[in-house]
Amino acid sequence: MIDLALDFAYVCFGLGLAFTAWRVVRAPGIVDRILALDTMVINAIGLLILLGISEDTGVYFEAAILIAMVGFVSTVAFAKFVLRGDVIE
Amino acid sequence: MELIWEIAVSAFLVLAGIFALVGAWGLVKLPSPMTRLHAPTKATTLGVGGVLIASMIWSIGSHGVLSFHELLITLFLFLTAPITANFIAKANLHRAAPPEDLPTLPEGQLWAHQSPGTDTSEAAFEDKETHRGG
Repeated sequence: MIDLALDFAYVCFGLGLAFTAWRVVRAPGIVDRILALDTMVINAIGLLILLGISEDTGVYFEAAILIAMVGFVSTVAFAKFVLRGDVIE
Repeated sequence: MELIWEIAVSAFLVLAGIFALVGAWGLVKLPSPMTRLHAPTKATTLGVGGVLIASMIWSIGSHGVLSFHELLITLFLFLTAPITANFIAKANLHRAAPPEDLPTLPEGQLWAHQSPGTDTSEAAFEDKETHRGG
């Protein structure tokens, strides 16, 4: 039963990743691209955790935390650049 | 592993998948930038939260160990999601919303994206560069 639920979640997160990738390539404005990249990072974290469940190992948690931190900092830096024309003033 | 643990893990995984899919689909489908902000910041964050809860239940059920890594990731994501949403909304206000469309503020106050020095035009940039050089 868990295998089936895992497959379902894999498909959902994979489709979500595909949608956000499409949004990064084809967006009406730069702000939508930032938002799509942020969502992409969150979907990637979800996929990593799913991989950790299905392979029954804990090594992916460190990768997930690192990706979460890098994603947060890059999103804020990108938004700040769009907002002020400079990252650190 | 007992059946009750399997049912709990499967339910949380399916719920998380649905939330993640709804969030990503909303990002593609919703009509305006400000409404598009809602889908990923709420639905997708909940989706990842569901996967992390499923992972916690899984580690209790299969190994009998309560794992705190998931809690750490959940805490981090739930703390940072509103901050990124706020930054993206401010950038969106700065780029898209005409100043006359915004609600009027009390005298002497400015919107966060309008604070002095927000002028990102070419002339302002050159002005800043010369200040830095001198």
